[in-house]
Amino acid sequence: MQFHEAQLENGLHVIAEANEESHALAAGFFVRAGARDENDAVAGVSHFLEHMVFKGTPQRSAEDVNREFDEMGAQYNAQTSEETTIYYAAVLPEYQHDVVSLWADVLRPSLREDDFTMEKKVIIEEIRMYDDQPPFGADERCRAIFFGTHPLSRSILGTVESITNLTAAQMHDYFATRYSPANITLVAAGRVDFPALVETARQACGSWPARSAPRLLPTPAPQTSFVVIEKPQSTQQYLLHMAAGPAADDSRRHAAKLLATILGDDTGSRLYWELIHPGLAEFAALHHYEYEGAGAFYTYMSCEPEQIQENVDRLQTLFRQAEQRGITADEWAQARSKIASRVVLGSERTRSRMFHVGANWLYRREYRTVREHLDELNSVTVSDVNSLLADFPLSQGTTVVIGPKKVGRAIA
Amino acid sequence: MPIHTHTYENGLTLAAEPLGSRESAAFNLLVPVGAAYDPPELTGLSMICCELTLRGSGSRDSRKFVEDLERLGVDTGESVSGSHTTYGGAMLAENLLPALGIFADLVQRPHLPQSELEAVRQGVIQELRAIEDEPAHKTLLELRRDFYGEPWGRPSQGSMSGLEAASIANVRDHYQRHFRAAGAVLGVAGKLDWPQVRDAVGKMFGSWQGSAAPEPIDKPQAPRQRHITHEMSQTQIGIAWPCLPYRHPDYFQAWGAINVLSGGMSSRLFMEVREKRGLCYSVHASCHTLRDRGCVLCHAGTTAERAQETLDVTLFEVHRLTQGIEASELQRLKARMKSALILQEESSSARSSAIARDWYHLGRCRTLDEVGSLVDGLSCDSVNAYLEANPPRDFTFVTLGPQPLEVPHAVS
Repeated sequence: MQFHEAQLENGLHVIAEANEESHALAAGFFVRAGARDENDAVAGVSHFLEHMVFKGTPQRSAEDVNREFDEMGAQYNAQTSEETTIYYAAVLPEYQHDVVSLWADVLRPSLREDDFTMEKKVIIEEIRMYDDQPPFGADERCRAIFFGTHPLSRSILGTVESITNLTAAQMHDYFATRYSPANITLVAAGRVDFPALVETARQACGSWPARSAPRLLPTPAPQTSFVVIEKPQSTQQYLLHMAAGPAADDSRRHAAKLLATILGDDTGSRLYWELIHPGLAEFAALHHYEYEGAGAFYTYMSCEPEQIQENVDRLQTLFRQAEQRGITADEWAQARSKIASRVVLGSERTRSRMFHVGANWLYRREYRTVREHLDELNSVTVSDVNSLLADFPLSQGTTVVIGPKKVGRAIA
Repeated sequence: MPIHTHTYENGLTLAAEPLGSRESAAFNLLVPVGAAYDPPELTGLSMICCELTLRGSGSRDSRKFVEDLERLGVDTGESVSGSHTTYGGAMLAENLLPALGIFADLVQRPHLPQSELEAVRQGVIQELRAIEDEPAHKTLLELRRDFYGEPWGRPSQGSMSGLEAASIANVRDHYQRHFRAAGAVLGVAGKLDWPQVRDAVGKMFGSWQGSAAPEPIDKPQAPRQRHITHEMSQTQIGIAWPCLPYRHPDYFQAWGAINVLSGGMSSRLFMEVREKRGLCYSVHASCHTLRDRGCVLCHAGTTAERAQETLDVTLFEVHRLTQGIEASELQRLKARMKSALILQEESSSARSSAIARDWYHLGRCRTLDEVGSLVDGLSCDSVNAYLEANPPRDFTFVTLGPQPLEVPHAVS
């Protein structure tokens, strides 16, 4: 494994983890643009733009784009989050130049008016699809309440109304600033020819004009709140809970990963023994999410509506006990071996390596080998986890409950 | 690398594929009992039985079972299909044999504790209820039910009445009758030493007894059309029609045709239904196989007002297949398959499961090279000859949403 990095004159970064033994190549353009960079007038534009990128360029129609990816046999897709939009493909190594050139071309899209109108319909269908699945929407609502006026409160999909009112001109403006090369990193993993990769990037992206595209990074002020949304047509009851956690640049994030595994992994965790094993919930998990300048612990649970109040009480007790008594050495050891095994399994897949290497670079401008990553996780002690619980009390925060049942008592 | 196989005296078959340059290993154990074997008044029994086997076996109680697997860093998963109860795990290679030892206890010496039956039952009941909140998933389950009929079309979670009726005696009897070595398949892939694994598995599973249970009685279903009224913003459309099973010599001809219809973003359904008309976010068709028969399952979800047009365009494209596929479409299919195979090779889990399923369907295992050459061997002439002899027909329809749709007479 060899790490490489380079930067074009216009600010675009090119990084790669080259692995001689791999038979595949994964490459992606990671754009530092997402829902948090929007405002009310363009709510949902980052995600809509991600769709529009596939609609063609002055050189290519939408059909050309899809056809050419499929001709290379690429497994490709794109995804939009609160703070990144990622366009990626996995291919045979012989297609390195072709696949990177194709992505580079589509990342200067035409954004044609009639395509814009047509794709609007698809986006609205996507919003409606999630409408019919109760836990979706509730997670955005929970994040909105938790982050309050902070930009991370913004919805990724937007609403039917905001998407309907959005104009192609507004999308052009958003694109021109947020997709500045200074905000873009080309990330590759697997069997990468790095000098050739940089050369392709230079040819294909070297002329992209640099623009200043700063991101607002206010300090979050997490809200404590309990909200019940009645949805009579829903069968199960769903709960989302958010509490503050370490941010992406906070070294306590490793302890947060261990804590989330101990408390909320889908098996063998405290949530598992408390709710899943006795058959009180269909699903329960807790994860740590890291953002630029913010972090959060997300708890998600689904259960029978009649069971919701008892489960809310049980969650509250579970959080309080963790805060008061901390974790045990046994739990710590178990979580470590579980995480280590997952890190190694993940590292064997070229695509997951690309995501890992890319995220590390985007958030921290650093590269870690699999070994170094394991060492960082292994250096976390029981007392690190316990002081984290003191710094970030899980029992605080925002809870949203959605389903047919009304709930009285809140967490916290 | 070759795939090794060995059938032990008790009828268990081990299939193992050593994979180079990796630290991981994975297993997939297929026990020959699934939802199709449930007594008609106790549907869901296999699912309850599967969950209850996880609640202690050999010298381990429920908690020790989970903890020991976690200390070994085993990422586990279990599932029930019509034909099988499957246990899977992925881990660091040095922990493969200890992990298999735990599962050898599970299939041969489960406690099936009465004290945990209620919790397990509640867990499965909640899974069944949760499907109601996932309209696309529900539509596909109902479509399979209508296409295959009894008992192969049953959803694994069974029915509320079946789950409520299951007693501990029913579960233990089901286990005695069906958890048999004869017909069971253990697939193993990753970093492994064949003679060592073969001998160790022989010792661990050698005393597992029992001959195969009789096949369930089949009551096939005539093609039909059904609408399920549900107040939602979208209408879900499911269409199924007969297709060859995986074991059939012409399976890849049928598979090729369906991949031209729906595989990759340049495929016909994606282009015509989503890209050109913006009718929906998700539209998809794929082959589904039992041992002796198969079908195509096709799904689209769209706003109620546009559902009729979506159905019409989808059916038009399904019928247009019989006019033949083009060379460029076949070339793209081959390219996509080539990279899909390379990426599958990266995953020990995916390989362990593929070779185990191969053994069940074919009585032998296909290497990735063999699958590659089968796909390479497809020609437009061969696929078109298949389509001419086997045009899509005898459709089964399931729709879910506010209003029924009109199915053209010619195809109903």
